[in-house]
Amino acid sequence: MTANELIALALTIVFGALVSGSPLLFATVGEIFSERAGVMNLGIEGMMLVGAMSGFAVWFKTGDVLLGLIAGMAFGALLALLHALITITLRADQVVSGLAVTFLGSGLSSILGQPYVGQRTPQPTPIVLPIIEQVAAQQLALIIFGLIFAPLAWFYLHRTRPGLNLRSVGEYPSAADSLGINVYRTRYLYVIFGGAMSGLGGAAMSLITDPGWVDGKTSGLGWIAVALVIFAAWDPMRGVWVSYFFGLLRRLPLDLQNPALPLISTANNPSLGRLMDMLPYLATIFILILGSREAMRKRLGSPAALGIPYVRGERGL
Amino acid sequence: MNQLASSYRIRIETRLDNPGWTRVVSSILGVILALVVGGFVLRAAGATDPIGTYQEIFKEGFGTPADWQAGVTALLTNTDCPKGLLCFGPLSDTLVKTSPILLTALACILAFRMKLWNIGADGQMFMGAWAATAVAIFIFPPGTDRVLMLGVMALAGILAGFIYGAIPGFLKARLNINEIIITLMLNYIAYKWLEYFVVVGPWSIGDFESTGRFPVSATWPRLTEAAKSIPALSGLTAHPGIFLGIIAAIVLAWIFKRSRWGYEIRVIGNNPKAARYAGISLARNTLLVMGVSGALAGLAGMNEVAALRELNGRFQRGLGFTGVIIAWLARLNPLAAILVAFLFGGLLVGTQLIQPQGIASMLQGVILFVVVGTELLFRYRIRFEKIERVAIAPEALHDG
Repeated sequence: MTANELIALALTIVFGALVSGSPLLFATVGEIFSERAGVMNLGIEGMMLVGAMSGFAVWFKTGDVLLGLIAGMAFGALLALLHALITITLRADQVVSGLAVTFLGSGLSSILGQPYVGQRTPQPTPIVLPIIEQVAAQQLALIIFGLIFAPLAWFYLHRTRPGLNLRSVGEYPSAADSLGINVYRTRYLYVIFGGAMSGLGGAAMSLITDPGWVDGKTSGLGWIAVALVIFAAWDPMRGVWVSYFFGLLRRLPLDLQNPALPLISTANNPSLGRLMDMLPYLATIFILILGSREAMRKRLGSPAALGIPYVRGERGL
Repeated sequence: MNQLASSYRIRIETRLDNPGWTRVVSSILGVILALVVGGFVLRAAGATDPIGTYQEIFKEGFGTPADWQAGVTALLTNTDCPKGLLCFGPLSDTLVKTSPILLTALACILAFRMKLWNIGADGQMFMGAWAATAVAIFIFPPGTDRVLMLGVMALAGILAGFIYGAIPGFLKARLNINEIIITLMLNYIAYKWLEYFVVVGPWSIGDFESTGRFPVSATWPRLTEAAKSIPALSGLTAHPGIFLGIIAAIVLAWIFKRSRWGYEIRVIGNNPKAARYAGISLARNTLLVMGVSGALAGLAGMNEVAALRELNGRFQRGLGFTGVIIAWLARLNPLAAILVAFLFGGLLVGTQLIQPQGIASMLQGVILFVVVGTELLFRYRIRFEKIERVAIAPEALHDG
């Protein structure tokens, strides 16, 4: 294997990592906004599944990938609205409601997605880049969107007035309320935004990163996003790095099947590949352990009002 | 002062008392509403007759009164059942399915009582099944006494489940790491672990993705084994594993009601700060509750694998999640869980053959949603009150 080939291979792997990390990035940043406003939504997995299914269905009917992505966002947002209603207005336990979102989302996507299992998939438009040769234009667009979106999210959260309002609602809602910020409306807004981003992540999976719809398409990626939010310490920019790292881990079993790789190729060793599938999940646990240490040292914490329903006029946060 | 306008506004206020009937009503309401919503979803998915679908599910899951009657007659007259497997077949299949989900539900109930969100009963169950299989095939010789073999398999399942549950318990107790995510990640790891052993790895026989049939001593005795003396039982796969769940439910109910440990769990669940001031160890109980919760799920895995009589790549996922919903629907009451688990067993059996697939998980999701939502309707009283707006001095308007 020549040096040029190795560089091309490395770049292919990096490109693959960025591509498969993008859905995770959208979901993670969306959830960061939701949790910063004080509402934990454990339903990411369900919202991603519904987004993936509905996005694929709309593309299948119209042939328009962009329309599919928008549909995925809309249906993700719709599920999040349900969560917002149950947890903000009805003040239910956010954990249980989030679980219900996931159950409902996976059930709905399974039933309504039945006609689309194993159907034809969106064809990528190939464009030629130096060194790594052919890549799909859609995937490149996805990466660029992610790279613009995350810094913008960070800027919005930390440098703008609405971002400040958003954070204050998650830290000390009664103080925010006394300053005239509508706590309920703010929370609704960002929970729905989080759902839309999860839906987008799901649709990006079924349309661009791993085209096609199968039952349980996201295979736990939504849950990984929940964990990444904690590891990212509720900061969108940290969310970028961890998302792409997990994109790399998710791709690794595929990449290592390349028989050209010296020594570590899994092409002739399927059982090793099977164990490799565990990597993202093991890494999630590992990363949470690491994160907990850091959180203790640096006193990084969750938003103070996370998980606590706000009741106007009641004592407490 | 002249009245400008009057309007109604909805006020939500906390109910001071929380009578027991509200829980029963909200659970029943949850199921009914779930069936209604599920009906609409089925419509949207292309089913023309949702009520017919439900009837079909019930028939597949429990049978019909006429079939039961024929079965009872056959039992009393000691003859063969005239309708063959139809008499008690559905009920028997449902009992088989009830056994593991009752145990996973109990696992969830124990953890949820302490507000520990063990969502990993699925993974703990897989590990229990894996450990029980190791005993059945690789450790004990096939000729081992059946009771001894099943007993050791159960112990292996319990132990594996305990360890697999104690890991997130330890991380929660020592490092305050969110147990939901850890248990979920451990689920996926357990799936892959089993796949590794059974599908491609060391335990598979040829290309069958299976360990092959267990020796008889490692399987539950089934009702059909008694068919020689009672012909009506022929073909029925119901096994005594269900009693493990029932006994566990009774023990758990006793623990919650009467024991010191149960009291500690309740105090921690309601108010961890108060528990600390009372000298109850949070860390010890977190570890213990997660471990025992995992052990119950591990036992469910042993139960299932001894009923399947082999471990294969199709070992069913999601029974742990069904446990979450049963636990919630039973309002974390172990005895109520027996009934709910039986109904859900019927739902799982009834939806096995029916299209579209996924009805069960969709219904479960809606049920959980509605139960959480309606519970709050009962926790709070909703009052409509009339607001009379009157013209008042401007400075009083700011008086919130």
